[in-house]
Amino acid sequence: MVEKEHIIIESGDAVQPFAYSVGMHGSRFFAEIRDNKRFLGVKCPRCGKVYIPPRGVCGDCFVEMKEWVEVGPKGVIGTFTILRYAFIDPETGAQKPVPYGYGFIRFDGADTLFQHYINIEDETKIRVGARVEPVFARERKGSIRDIEYFKVID
Amino acid sequence: MAKRVAIVGTGQTFHKSHRPDVNGQELINEAVLRALQDADLKMKDIDAIVIGNMDHFEGINYVDCWSVDGSGGTMKPIIKLTTGGTTGCTVAIGGYHLVGSGMFDRVLIIGWEKNSESDTTGAITTAFDPIWDRLVFAGAISGLAAEAQAYMARYGASDRDGARVSVRDRKHAMNNPHAQLRKEVSLEEVLASPMLADPIHLLDVCPRTDGACAVIMASEDVAEKICPKPDWIWGTAARHSYSYLGDADYGRLTSMREGSQELWKKAGIKEPRKELDVVEMYQPYSFGGLIWIEDMGLVGPGEAPQYIWDGNTDMSGELPINPSGGVISCNPIGATGLIRCAEAAMQVMGKAEGRQVPDVNFAFSSGFGGCWWTDMILHGKNKPK
Ligand SMILES: [Zn+2]
Repeated sequence: MVEKEHIIIESGDAVQPFAYSVGMHGSRFFAEIRDNKRFLGVKCPRCGKVYIPPRGVCGDCFVEMKEWVEVGPKGVIGTFTILRYAFIDPETGAQKPVPYGYGFIRFDGADTLFQHYINIEDETKIRVGARVEPVFARERKGSIRDIEYFKVID
Repeated sequence: MAKRVAIVGTGQTFHKSHRPDVNGQELINEAVLRALQDADLKMKDIDAIVIGNMDHFEGINYVDCWSVDGSGGTMKPIIKLTTGGTTGCTVAIGGYHLVGSGMFDRVLIIGWEKNSESDTTGAITTAFDPIWDRLVFAGAISGLAAEAQAYMARYGASDRDGARVSVRDRKHAMNNPHAQLRKEVSLEEVLASPMLADPIHLLDVCPRTDGACAVIMASEDVAEKICPKPDWIWGTAARHSYSYLGDADYGRLTSMREGSQELWKKAGIKEPRKELDVVEMYQPYSFGGLIWIEDMGLVGPGEAPQYIWDGNTDMSGELPINPSGGVISCNPIGATGLIRCAEAAMQVMGKAEGRQVPDVNFAFSSGFGGCWWTDMILHGKNKPK
């Protein structure tokens, strides 16, 4: 057998940055978490659905939403999984530490689910419907990482 | 000037985990030549081409451009459609629209992927919102696991119920020489395989595959001259239900429910379970084989496990599902939806060889994307009214 050599093409230390806008609804959401540890959703004037993440339009009704509503900070696990397989995180280029709890949190007062980590120290407590609360980062910068994870409080 | 549309030929590669012997356009060419041979047509007979894949998998954009030597697209009308996992079904829907419009009589439709050429999970993650979705999302399996978990909590299903679906599809693959994985497994083997994301075991999910598929559609003016018993398209549907992953109704596939209801209505189907003869579903994991057939209305909410356990979806059952071995046995993603379409067409045309279901009148094929979007096609033996 001839030993095969692959040609490797890589960017080295060069960065290839993207600059995404979170929009005015997302900006306010993150500012509230950073400054006040509060979660804000928006409510549809027609169907009454409360959206997290907040956004400008209710897709079901196709109408503009302007009413801000505080939700949470407590809620329940809407659904979840525990990730156990190793994979490269395209966010960091490094292997994602596993296992970790992937939660879809239904904040009290919200209709859609908010994705974040769930602490899985005690896996027996992780179930659909379990009550959870957020653990905030000590230093908050206005990003999704201002929440470290959710923990079960049942 | 709307025309009725039929599939008059199909072709696919012998799908494998890794095809280092061919590049993309050469892989595409294998499927195209087989489809032309099946329809007994030449490239000069083809009026237009629709092609697609998930181009972030290979990191090479614009397959409509760089593959023309292999696709036959040199100096022909060619258009690319790419919609993630549903791509293979979407290209078929696009071809149906082109022929149905009356503007083209014979359209070649191509789906392909070389999943061996990149990191599939990393590429899938880039299809999701960078700010809200990517922190915890871990590719399709993580979303599918969350769906399965919600379904189990809502209806009391178990991982044994899921495993039964995997046992079925892997058994069916034994009859399909084109499938990548052809090895029967037992229920115990599925449950003992490594846990990837609770409750999904390794043997509950699809592999990564290199493969291509091509389908030729023709208008009612020429279809029966090309193929005496073509596969008539009775309807197509496509649905999306969310902006962010957390918007979905976990435990139910809303896009499948809404789209399939549109198809049943178009065709006047009242009891899909009794009126369909075979289903080829883009079902990349076992639990989808439970949840999604409930959303199709084949059985009621929570009833799928018993229906599957009773053997109704096995080859000899009331409604065989995935005679090809399905996506759990083979998943060249951009081709996968079109393989479902081709397999359904072969069933209607009586060309499915060792995996043929007898006397097929109606067949259903689908594509699944992401998580949570669905495209679908209703196929029939008779010309639609
Ligand atoms: Zn609304």
